[in-house]
Amino acid sequence: MIAVQDLTKYYGQNPAISRLSFEVAKGEIVGFLGPNGAGKTTTLKILAGFLPPTSGKAYINGHDCVTESLAVRRSLGYLPETAPLYTELTVSQFLRFTARAKGVDSKDEQTEVDRVIEACLLREVRNKLISSLSKGFRQRVGLAQALVHKSPLLILDEPTIGLDPAQIVEIRQLIKDLSGDYTVILSTHILPEVSQLCQRVIIINRGQIVASDTPENLSRQLGHGSRLKIEIKGPIPEITAALKGISGVKEVVSQGEARFLVETTSDLELRPEIARQVVARGWDLLELQVQEFTLEEVFLNLVTEEEA
Amino acid sequence: MSGVLAVLRKELTVYFATPIFYLMGFFFLLVEGFLFFFIYFNYFQTASFQVAQNPQFASMLDPFQVVFRSFFEDLGFIFLLITPILTMRLLAEEKRAGTAELLFTYPLPDWAVILGKFLAAFVVFVTLLILTVVYPLIFAFLTRMDWGQVASGYVGVFLLGGACLALGLFASSLTANQIIAAISAFALLLLFWLIGAQQEVGSAVGSFLGVISLREHLPNLAKGVVDTKDLIFYLCFTFFFLFLTKRQLESRRWRA
Repeated sequence: MIAVQDLTKYYGQNPAISRLSFEVAKGEIVGFLGPNGAGKTTTLKILAGFLPPTSGKAYINGHDCVTESLAVRRSLGYLPETAPLYTELTVSQFLRFTARAKGVDSKDEQTEVDRVIEACLLREVRNKLISSLSKGFRQRVGLAQALVHKSPLLILDEPTIGLDPAQIVEIRQLIKDLSGDYTVILSTHILPEVSQLCQRVIIINRGQIVASDTPENLSRQLGHGSRLKIEIKGPIPEITAALKGISGVKEVVSQGEARFLVETTSDLELRPEIARQVVARGWDLLELQVQEFTLEEVFLNLVTEEEA
Repeated sequence: MSGVLAVLRKELTVYFATPIFYLMGFFFLLVEGFLFFFIYFNYFQTASFQVAQNPQFASMLDPFQVVFRSFFEDLGFIFLLITPILTMRLLAEEKRAGTAELLFTYPLPDWAVILGKFLAAFVVFVTLLILTVVYPLIFAFLTRMDWGQVASGYVGVFLLGGACLALGLFASSLTANQIIAAISAFALLLLFWLIGAQQEVGSAVGSFLGVISLREHLPNLAKGVVDTKDLIFYLCFTFFFLFLTKRQLESRRWRA
């Protein structure tokens, strides 16, 4: 669906993105993750055909984003960062314009506008001027205009920014429901959002891809090994020593009371061995759980590694 | 074509939803009304009176022609002042508000955007122009009308307005600031209006400047002489600036 090859964009002397390459398959929901100024928005603007790249190619459905811009834009729903809107119009006037501009048949116009108004929970404000709407509503109007005409590819730049927690849940559910029929590429710097929504994460920093995988794999691989959370009732110093004695254990951190955090060097399955040892010494094993690295840790890890 | 209509309808909604049109319409009619009743009407009365007193004047002076010639020439000049205000918002505001990012990622060809916006401004301009038809209608009660001259004058102002709007749209495409768009459009229009004064110098350059002046092509039409030269000039002028606007919008795609 999307193929990006060696995409580079300079603003003056500074590269916003340099030699970015990735692919997105049809029906995938891909999260674009990175700190502010990493080049997320620039990449999305190029994909949407709004900005030309300095060099490199971007294809959507086999159409070049620069030379076949019109063909690309026909299959595209785009929510720009900060959701710019025609504030002099009412919500339904604006969505009607979008429908016409996207070439929706005049007889289907009303149903299409009604559909996106329902989907984005805008019924109560449909006849209000956009200038009078709150940030949350504006964001939803922005999302609604991207959904008009059921464009198979959605490019959403920070779709949940400015929404209250309840709305965030609703919009996330909406995006989740789109998977399968739609290909979605969204940028965010909210990590839980990515792990909840996306099948794949592309982490970019300083204009370059630092990682691209499923959220689960990223947590596992980039943690270098895994972590076990253990709760054992017994004398703390002895338990610590015993745990350290098991081969494959890298570090044991006592977290007070009877809790321990054990880092292991590889993907070795140490749980049976630990259980045996604990039982053999007559302590009580209360909990034994594999703890994955959170995306936050992975992200910070990658970004700081880059900068080091 | 549906793209042109989409943009046209949106722009018209904005024009008629914002106060600028009504404010401008009010002051426009105020100025026109003043000119009409205190200048043209007075002049017509005085001139008619003199013609009636000295019948030999009648062969030299046609009060109706003189009045309507100034009516259309002044109308042209007033529109020269007004059109930059009509067009300043069209593209500059899209850039400032960031909605350009929406507009240019919708599957609309550039020409559809330009034509839609141009036609919207044109519809507003024609609405103002049509309001002035009351003045010839009032005259129709007073005297025998030369409807041919009136029609020719309206064609002239109509085409001149189109030319001014095209230039204004181009100015609006150059900047994200409406004020700069209005000022530069106004300055350019004034330049194209006054440029013909060079003609009196008599040189080749002078006559060329006369040919490309917006002003030099109006008097003929205003007094009822329809010359294709004048019509084609205004159409070319309009087309040229719409073309420049298109080029300006396209440059966004290759100015990497």
